[in-house]
Amino acid sequence: MSAHLGLLRRELLLAWRQGGEIGLALGFFVLAVVLFPLGVGPEAEILRRIGAGIIWVAALLAAVLSLDRLFAADHGDGGLDLLALSAMPLEGVVIVKCAAHWVTTGLPVVVLSPFLAMLLNMDTAEMPVLALGLLLGTPALSLLGAIAAALTLGARRPGVLSSLLVLPLYLPVLIFGAGAVEAGVGSTGARAHLLLLGALSLAALPLAPLATAAALRQALD
Amino acid sequence: MTGIAGAVALVAEDLACRRGERLIFTGVSLVLAPGGALVLTGANGSGKSSLLRLLATLLAPEAGRILWGGAPIGDDIAAYRAHLAYVGHRDAIKPALSVRETLGFWAAMRGAARPAIDAALAAFGLEAIADWPCGWLSAGQRRRLALARLVATPTPLWLLDEPSAALDADGEARLAVTIASHRAAGGHIIVATHQATAVPGASELRLGDFAPTASDSPDDPLAAY
Repeated sequence: MSAHLGLLRRELLLAWRQGGEIGLALGFFVLAVVLFPLGVGPEAEILRRIGAGIIWVAALLAAVLSLDRLFAADHGDGGLDLLALSAMPLEGVVIVKCAAHWVTTGLPVVVLSPFLAMLLNMDTAEMPVLALGLLLGTPALSLLGAIAAALTLGARRPGVLSSLLVLPLYLPVLIFGAGAVEAGVGSTGARAHLLLLGALSLAALPLAPLATAAALRQALD
Repeated sequence: MTGIAGAVALVAEDLACRRGERLIFTGVSLVLAPGGALVLTGANGSGKSSLLRLLATLLAPEAGRILWGGAPIGDDIAAYRAHLAYVGHRDAIKPALSVRETLGFWAAMRGAARPAIDAALAAFGLEAIADWPCGWLSAGQRRRLALARLVATPTPLWLLDEPSAALDADGEARLAVTIASHRAAGGHIIVATHQATAVPGASELRLGDFAPTASDSPDDPLAAY
């Protein structure tokens, strides 16, 4: 257990001290959302209708943007070798790294979402559904993203390649996340969407680390 | 240094290594008893680093097997990994962490309850810079830190890839002392190096006598790039 906590502490410490990388992903998230009213025009009704979709798409892109932080540095400096030889199974390393990634990108997106929803003129009643959806769905973004991040280690343009790999995997999360808000506040439809989002994250929790660890073992060669 | 628990003989039989299309070596065998030392020599590209990575379980052998205390390492690979320490030519150092934090983190990853951080810092003369961020370190200081990990969490088997690269005379002397006390305590080491005299009393394994033939190369080796 001390190894798990030690790794989590180190990942968060690195993210905190190299704060620019978190700021970059979140700044991108906020800017992408802010661009839409300028592009679509100021009609409040249109913005209200597409608001949830905009915030979800921006959250997806922000997650993709921060994926290279997961393994690339450890792969480059030889740390991955030592992690593979540590007392922790590689699958455990992946879960802890994903948890740190979620705390530094997913969680801030959840916290920021009500403010951006306000900016897009969404109903106050819709904000809890949006935030809850993001809370349930963003862990899946970190976990699925880890697969792509591990598969593209050693590639020449890992960022571009991993976004091509991972965005199709993100589609279900996007559909149910935006769908929860669309379905209407308090309706059974919204509840079903949120349950499915939670199910996606729960299914990714054991499966994605297995796939990611297999890809990391390939990258050790 | 006190005695090291768990040191048993390491035996490799008829190892072969393939990287991509290229067969790097075949038929490499070695025996290393506790307290023993083996120096891997050979020209650049002869497979010294690859052999160390094979023994560290970071690469899978194309053929042959590795025995730890008479049993194939595949029987309990986690136990074998817990007994070895690998220092590659990359240092696994993050610029944003301090020297002490780096040692503490890697000791925690090895599951060490009471790592000998201060002894490790002293062994390589890093006490004065223990709280510096690693981004400030020179190449030689980074090397010292990578080697200090060996002392922080003692393991019987050390696999060192060019350990004295970038070290100054003082660093090399400290490395020699560390290796000597490790062996005196019953640990064994394998070192890949160009200086065959680096470890006194070590036996030598020379790689590179295996000559690649034309058939080892694909028709167009650059096609993959």
